[in-house]
Parts: sequence; C-alpha cells; structure tokens
Amino acid sequence: MITHKNSLNQLVILSGKGGTGKTSLAASLMYLSSKSQFQGVFVDADVDAANLALVSQAVPIESHIFMGSQCAEINTEKCNQCDRCFEICRFNAINRPDIGRDFYAVNDLLCEGCAACFHVCPQAAIQMNKQQDGEWFHSTSPYGHLYHAELFPGAENTGKLVTTVKQHAKLYAEDHDIPLVIIDGPPGIGCPVISASAGVDLALLVAEPSVSGIHDLERISAMLKHFNIAILVCINKADLYPEGTQAILQLAKDHGYPIAGKISFDDVVPQAIVKAQPVSQFAPNSRAAKEIELIWKQIKKVIFKKDGEL
Amino acid sequence: MILIISSQGRTLDSKPNPRFGRAPIFIRYNLESDAWVALNNPAVTEQGGAGVAASQFIIDQGVSDAISGNFGPNAYQALKTAGVLMWSFNQDYGTVQAVIDAYVHSELKQINHPG
Amino acid sequence: MKIAIASGKGGTGKTTVATSLADALASSFSINFFDCDVEAPNAHLFLNPDLKDIKPAVIPIPVINDEACSACGLCVNVCQYHALAVIQGKVLVFPQLCHGCGSCTLNCPERAISERERDIGRLYFGKTSTGISHYMGMLTVSEPMPTPIIHQLKASMQEHADITIYDSPPGASCAVVATTYDADYVLLVTEPTPFGLHDLKQMLGIVKQLNAPAGVIINRQGIGDKRVENFLAQSPYPILMTIPHRIEIAAGLASGRLLTKILPAYRHQFIALYEKIAEQVNVNQENR
Repeated sequence: MITHKNSLNQLVILSGKGGTGKTSLAASLMYLSSKSQFQGVFVDADVDAANLALVSQAVPIESHIFMGSQCAEINTEKCNQCDRCFEICRFNAINRPDIGRDFYAVNDLLCEGCAACFHVCPQAAIQMNKQQDGEWFHSTSPYGHLYHAELFPGAENTGKLVTTVKQHAKLYAEDHDIPLVIIDGPPGIGCPVISASAGVDLALLVAEPSVSGIHDLERISAMLKHFNIAILVCINKADLYPEGTQAILQLAKDHGYPIAGKISFDDVVPQAIVKAQPVSQFAPNSRAAKEIELIWKQIKKVIFKKDGEL
Repeated sequence: MILIISSQGRTLDSKPNPRFGRAPIFIRYNLESDAWVALNNPAVTEQGGAGVAASQFIIDQGVSDAISGNFGPNAYQALKTAGVLMWSFNQDYGTVQAVIDAYVHSELKQINHPG
Repeated sequence: MKIAIASGKGGTGKTTVATSLADALASSFSINFFDCDVEAPNAHLFLNPDLKDIKPAVIPIPVINDEACSACGLCVNVCQYHALAVIQGKVLVFPQLCHGCGSCTLNCPERAISERERDIGRLYFGKTSTGISHYMGMLTVSEPMPTPIIHQLKASMQEHADITIYDSPPGASCAVVATTYDADYVLLVTEPTPFGLHDLKQMLGIVKQLNAPAGVIINRQGIGDKRVENFLAQSPYPILMTIPHRIEIAAGLASGRLLTKILPAYRHQFIALYEKIAEQVNVNQENR
C-alpha cells in the first residue's frame, strides 16, 4: 500500500460486529479533536444506517443526489410474454404473470441492473432506468465539518457512496489544511468496509468482549491485514465479560496490534446518545469519558508521531 | 512519450488528484512536443469498475506512462497488461506541472504492485 | 412459515432473538435456521450445531477463449460493471467486479465465452442437539459481495421444515433484501435510542416494499427513551415483546449463552411471540 507522506491523515473506525460502539466513540473523538490542535473533518461511512449526524448536531449545508445502479423496466405494450427475460435473469427479478397481474414485471428490489434482460428481449420491450439510490450531505457541526449519506432502503451498497463522501471529506481537509479525517465505518467486512478502509493510515478496531465480538474481530482484522492497513485496538464495554477482554488482549498480542485503551460499560454512554451528544461532552468527568480521552491520546501518538518522523 | 496525470482541474496549474479511477480530469501530455490536453475521465461517475474503465480509456489514448497517487488492483492489472508504466507522486506537488517536472527529473516512484 | 429477523442497526439483538426463537420452538416444530449474516456470522456460537463445510459459495465468471475471440468489444459494452476490458486485442476479466449475470456469455457473437465458478465463500450445514437444521454461509475475507452467498445458502436447503428462520445481516441494503424478500413475516429488533429509531425506519422502508407483515421487539429497554414506542404507536407495526436492559442478560450473551438458557422464562415468551406472528400472518393472508 502506498501511503501518502503528506499532511493529511485518515483514521477509520471499524469492528466487524455491529453495535460495538463505533459511532458513539467517533462522536467523542470529533469533540476531542475539535478541542485539540488536531482539527478534523469527519465522515459517516455507514451509509445504510447513518447515525453519526444524530449525535453531532450536524446541519446540512449541501445535499446531493446519489445515482447508483440501474433498474430494468418492461414495457407491457411491447412485451409478447415470450419468457426469455425470466429464463436468463439470475437474480429472480422477473415476475411472471400471476394472480392479480397478467403481465411480466421487474421486481425492483431484486433487480441488480445487469441489463441481461435488456439485451435478450427480442421485442426491445425492456429499458434500463438509472436509479437514485440515495443522497449525500456536507454538514457543519460544532466539532467540524461532516460528510454523510443516506442510502435508500434496499439499494446495493457497492461502496461508491462511501467513496464519494470520503473523497469529498478528504478534498475539504486538504483545501483547508486540516490534518485529520476520521471515518466512522460500517459493520461487516464486505464492499462498503473495503471502500471505507481504502487509503487510510490507520484502522481503530472497536472490540466487544463477547464471543460474537471476538469472532467478528478476527474477520475484520484478517480483512485489514489483507489490504495492509495498520491496526489499533480498543475494547468497549470492557468489564462486561472479563474472559472476553482477556481473549481480545491475547488476540491483539498474538497479531502485534497495539491496544489504544478500554472503555467500561457505563450508563452515561446511552444517556449521551439519547441527549444527542458525544459522551465526552455530555459527561466529561465520567469514567467512560476519561477512558476515551486516553484512547484519543494514543491515536494522536500513533498518527501524528508518524508525521513528526518525516 | 505520452504521459497522463490524474488531475483535479483542466490546466497545468491544477492540483493533481491522487485517485486514478475517480479523478475528474486526465491531463494528456506529449513529452516530445510539450503539447497537452485536458480530458474528462469517463469513469468518474461509474458505479463500480472505475479503475478498469479509466484504464481502458487511457490505453485507448496511446499513453505510455500513467502518473497518479495510487492505482487500485484492477487498474494496475489492466495497465500492466497493456504495458503502460505507472508512477506515483508520493508527496504533495501542488500542480500538474510540478508532477511533470518531477517525472522528467526521475523523482517519481515507479509502481510495481497495486496499491 | 418463514420468519426473517432484521433490524437496520447493528448490535440490537437480531441473533439473540433469532437463536432464542429457534431454541424455544425446536421442541414443538422442525426448524431450518439460516444465518444470512455471511460477512460476520455468529448464530452458530449460540446454537452449537455440528457444522460441516458443505461446499464453496460461487459466482459464475466469464472465461474467454482467446482463439475464438475477435476482440470486437461487445462483451465490454454489455457489461454494466466494467468487469471486462479489451487491451491490446485481448479481453481481460476482472473477477471481483463481476456480478455473475451471464450477459457477456449470452451476447458474444463468436461464442467465445464460457463460464467457470469462482469461489467467494463457503456454505456450512449442521444439526444442533435440539434437532435444528443450521445453515451458515461465510464470505471469504477480502471478497466484496455477500448477496450471491445468501441466495446460494437458501438454495442449499436440504429438507423443508415447519418453521424457517432467517437471521439477517445489519443494515438496510441489498444483502438484507436477499435475506428477507421471501419471508412470510419480518420481525424487527430495535433499541429505544435515536440510533435504533433511525435505522428501524430504514428497515421499514424495505418492509414496505416487500409488502410483508411485520412486528417489533424492543431490546435493551431502559437504556434510552420512549421515542421508538411513540413512533410505533402511530404505525401499523405492533410491539410484540420488550426485553429489558439487564447486565446479567448482556453478560450471559457475551459468554455465548442463549437468552432462553440465561432466563428460561423466555422460552414461553418466544413461543407466545410465535403464536402472535402466526396469527398476524393468517390475518394478512385472509385479507389478500
């Protein structure tokens, strides 16, 4: 992986498993960054379940339509019901005539826009329509600028929308000499996660000390290793299941991943979310907030010390 | 020798864009004649496979050397197969002209594996 | 009866609910359990099936016969995903971009394209000690597309069962559609927070398009506020169950124990839940 030796640094927050606390932590890091010498631009890359704007008092200043895939449409007047489209569609997206409907129709949800039916139809009765698959936003917040998106329900999450918000955030940061981009990542290991991780300097893994959390941590760290991305681990809800925390510490040790810190299972965390604020702002003297500050300290050390060596 | 440099804008003073597949503009520069032209990247609005589409486009332009920040695995494979040499501007050069000068002075790093 | 368990937001308790429901119903019904979260499957950690690797999950990709190929470029134009390119008179295939649609193969005028199956993951099957048939799919690390694996996982079903449970991945994108589209009922699990509400609405966007009956379980009641309840009160979706936020539940789940084992009273609750679901499905079918 070629890393850019320029002044911009990108951090992505991932976990594998959903619900480990990425967004909550991202919000607190936004707050801490804004109070430090390392200002940031922020990205919510979890485009089909975008929550960061909800806890950062984000106000959109620009919105953009996102055109993603195509969807096939059958012109019932031209269609002679030859069934060729049904035969070749590999995604079960062609509905044959049925009770209550005596014509062929495309199932919008299942159609993947491959256009195989478009090409095979002897009557040229099928057209491909470009779909609006979502929207993306450039917002301001008390902590800095935020780029986020809303993928429409059921749309294909190919990573293009993730890449779009990331790129715009990066451009903004470069244009305004802002040294840091923090990306709140999606769960899983597939395409949107791959896009969220592309070109970053560091991945912060938020681990949950549960059997599920550990299993998925192995998967996401294998994915990041495949793409040669540096890893830092923090453990959220650390006192929930001590054996689990031990297992994560061992895993990190075995793979050589540094530990950025631990966050205790603290009621102020959900309380802060309900109040639409980062924990670090809502309850700065709480245990969780202090632990998050230590994690931020480690992040600064790893990222900005690297720059200092140039 | 024909270079392309992935760019943010349409002139030699424009900022280079480090992502090959999704850069809005390619500056096509003829080193022998110093003639150059700004081309729109057809891949920039594509849903997926931007690296492939962009590579196909510049290969069809008869380019010998491609210069960008990094090249994804698909672009790398396509360009390598086509015999196009790849170079990285691995620091902030500020303008497309500065990147060209760096290339001429052998300051750019040649890419031998996908990024 | 096919029940899909989904949420929108990650970590709300889909797998907790799906596995508990399966466990509670296993003594009275034959169960097919499909763990459709193929990027990060976890249900097997709770149900403990004797899983065996059955076969690879594959995607058919084009293979070009260079001798027959005239480099006409039609395949490149037909492909909507730029998975093909013509370079110096030869066609190059980019496997990870390919969606396996077969369009290039069908349209090649020289018939120079055939297909081969490319591995993108694995399909597993096993039975639990309570007789549940457990199907699990796993996406190979670094592969981008989970959706084909979900379809193949469902197709790998060996025998019909009284009740089929689909444990869905998080989010509201096409992988969730692939999991839920053929369900008779969608059971949504949410948490009483702004995140839970926002992502529940995303998921309801899919439910509406599916035109399937649905109901909601509020998990970790107590960590948030009443916004989800208030929203649902104005909607056609009933709240079927509430699970309180209790450390002993969270800790028990963290260690890999089923909710129905941590608190056996939940067995009855999940059986009652199923009866409510069955009733809603019957009413829905009568109204069609």
